[in-house]
Amino acid sequence: MPLLALSGVTKTFGGLTAVKALSFAVEEGEIVGLIGPNGSGKTTVFNLITGFLAPDGGDLTFAGRRLVGLKPHQICRLGVGRTFQLVQPFHRLSVLDNVRVGAFRGTADPRQATAVAEAILEEVGLAAKKAFLPPSLTLAERKRLELARALATGPRLLLLDEVMAGLTPTETAEMIAFIRRLHRRGLTLLIIEHVMQAVMALSQRLVVLHHGEKICEGPPQEVARDPQVIRAYLGEEAASA
Amino acid sequence: MGTLLLQAILSGLLNGGVYALVSVGLTLIFGVLGIINFAHGALMMLGMYVSYWLFVLYGVDPYVSLIASALGLFGLGVLLERLLITPVLEAPEHNQLLLTLGVALVLENLALFLWSPDPRTLTVSYLDFAPMVGGVMLSPPRLIAFGVSVALTVLLYAFLHRTDVGKAIRAVSQEREGALAVGINIQRIYALAFGIGCACVGAAGTLVAPFYTIDPYVGGIFVITAFVVVVLGGMGSYFGALLAALLVGLAESVAAVFIPAAMKQIVIYVIFVLVLLLRPQGLFGPGRG
Amino acid sequence: MRRWLSRLAWLLVLVPCLTLPLYVGQYLAHLAVMVLFFAYLGVAWNILGGYAGQFSFGHAAFFGLGAFTSTLLHLHWGLSPWLGMLLAGVVGVLVGLFCGFLSFRYGLRGPYFALVMLAFAEMLRLLFETWMAYRYPLGLPIPLQGTSLAAFQFRDKRVYYYVVLLMLAGATALCAWLARSKTGTYWQAIRDNEEAAEALGVNAFAYKLLAMAISGGLTAMGGTFYAQYFLTLEANEVFGVQISVEILLSAIIGGAGTVLGPLVGALALQLLAEATRVYVRAFSGFDLMVYGAILIVVILFLPQGLLEGLRRAGLALRRAAGAA
Repeated sequence: MPLLALSGVTKTFGGLTAVKALSFAVEEGEIVGLIGPNGSGKTTVFNLITGFLAPDGGDLTFAGRRLVGLKPHQICRLGVGRTFQLVQPFHRLSVLDNVRVGAFRGTADPRQATAVAEAILEEVGLAAKKAFLPPSLTLAERKRLELARALATGPRLLLLDEVMAGLTPTETAEMIAFIRRLHRRGLTLLIIEHVMQAVMALSQRLVVLHHGEKICEGPPQEVARDPQVIRAYLGEEAASA
Repeated sequence: MGTLLLQAILSGLLNGGVYALVSVGLTLIFGVLGIINFAHGALMMLGMYVSYWLFVLYGVDPYVSLIASALGLFGLGVLLERLLITPVLEAPEHNQLLLTLGVALVLENLALFLWSPDPRTLTVSYLDFAPMVGGVMLSPPRLIAFGVSVALTVLLYAFLHRTDVGKAIRAVSQEREGALAVGINIQRIYALAFGIGCACVGAAGTLVAPFYTIDPYVGGIFVITAFVVVVLGGMGSYFGALLAALLVGLAESVAAVFIPAAMKQIVIYVIFVLVLLLRPQGLFGPGRG
Repeated sequence: MRRWLSRLAWLLVLVPCLTLPLYVGQYLAHLAVMVLFFAYLGVAWNILGGYAGQFSFGHAAFFGLGAFTSTLLHLHWGLSPWLGMLLAGVVGVLVGLFCGFLSFRYGLRGPYFALVMLAFAEMLRLLFETWMAYRYPLGLPIPLQGTSLAAFQFRDKRVYYYVVLLMLAGATALCAWLARSKTGTYWQAIRDNEEAAEALGVNAFAYKLLAMAISGGLTAMGGTFYAQYFLTLEANEVFGVQISVEILLSAIIGGAGTVLGPLVGALALQLLAEATRVYVRAFSGFDLMVYGAILIVVILFLPQGLLEGLRRAGLALRRAAGAA
């Protein structure tokens, strides 16, 4: 049984179909990349998985449990963590308290939550900034804070939405190394990423979306050679040129 | 019962016309600046006092001082926007609300301080008669208030749709970024919209002055009603506000026939809460997503 | 050393607070009661408005219900207002849950929630005014019993001082404890970003309801104190917009979302109101005008409140001292 399974998931906004009959699965222990040109519906898929949007049709399951109809906080409690494309820190809470919010998923004891949060901040390299307020962090630090918060909820599956966008090459390399460490520890990951090198290096499998439809699925090398995928990306470039 | 109801319907519609003018100003400010102006009632009260004092001190007819109160409040509005509203446009919504509340507190109590809490009345002698038509009493000042209010509301609508400045104002309320891109001076539009909103409510104050008891807190009654109208009409919609104003005036006045007068306001609040909960886009806005 | 210093600081605050009635007369005792009372109401509002970020503009609804609950129970069934205060708290909790359920179920946020709370308070005001005019046209005949512990009536204002001090201490302790707990952390997360909080497993709806219940219950108990202190009850007063405004002002002016903010705010506002009343006694409305002006100034220049201003001033002073 796959850890996460989508079958025939459809979502429309007004007359626009954002996601069309999408099916794919993520096995426990995998890193799967979800890629596609801008506006192909990737973030919508994340919002459908995490309960921020309700699908118009189709089914989603996590560890055998149906996700349709569950609220975001219930889905989080099942073990699905996520980050947001645009970082969404709690701007009046300190870095430590931001992470404590996540840590309280596993405990009601403030001291234990603090301990968990501090350990995770140490891991992502933000321990020195734990008393800072998020607005005073750099973008790279805010991305790490976003990741730390999601990790603190103790997820089995982590959805990362463009955690590398806007990072310098060094910061990107650090992030890749960190995600690999998380993976070795047994975490399953589904990642949306525009930085192609990163997603090719990390993912064991890619799912390619175009206009809300899956046009290709497979190991990175195969996907990179797929004529449909090349057309989708070149088409986007031709249009934006 | 028949004439009583007819009378209620008539006075309800007449009140509704005035509510329209008050609410159109509020909805304009909300649509363009995104601010709920709690000081709206206090500004209306100022409009009433402007006409009252011009009448008492210099014998100026209120229908002439209409111009003075509209212009005066336009100026005050522009000033308020520049000095106080601009700095909080990016602040959290509740801070904007509190700021306009602060303005209301200052204006109301300044009026109390300057002019005492004594209720005052302004009687226009040549209109002091009440013809009966078909068993229904007609009050000339109310008829005039209704007529002028509706005319001004329609005029504002035309201004917003026909003139370049009006179109710029609407552009800002609909698409702030786009308006910036085509070179509209947003700061000026903000000040202008706030000023026009205040001018509307100032004019409304003058129009009701001949048949309303004037005191420093009189605006409170109108501001709540105006909130109801604006929400009912769909926040930021002018035509919706006009329809909703007539509807609220009607509901309030017809309800007063059947329930104790003090309770008629409850009807308004019940409508208000129901609309906010069930149709926050207003009665005439598009359906939910 | 540090620990002893902080204990000393506590003593320096506590001892004068506890012994204040020994060396002040009725007038200053009244002033102190008003400061503590509005600080208490500010703490109650702050839990919902400052921590959970749900800006209520109609806390008079809870306040008025609390005042009427204990008073009517005392009048009709001779129930001690002390018990009445507890029941008022229960009523506040229930009404808070009801209003919260309606508002949050339909996703009301920001100014819309503020306006709906205002509408609830105004509806109650009109209902009670109408009912009072019909049932008690001459006002509520609250029997005056001089000083009676059972009837929660004291001739000496200094007794009320201790009552409200205890209430404030309790509410502040509750707030301070909640602020560090899971509940308070969740509230603040919801306040700053409800979606992100949901994604981290926070049941925003349930936690907002909890804040409404606690805030409503505490405010209603404040209503009982008010009724027992003034021993008169007017529907248009206890349900009035002015009460709603005064309740939130101390929290906002002092610093919303801070434990001590409401106390600082109430102290500043009540002293100021008293000063304007004393020095410009002849002119009614002057104190409220000053309130309004201060509100504007604080929103413009100290949007985080006086406490934050004091903290910044302290930092600047320390830096200046360090530089010298």
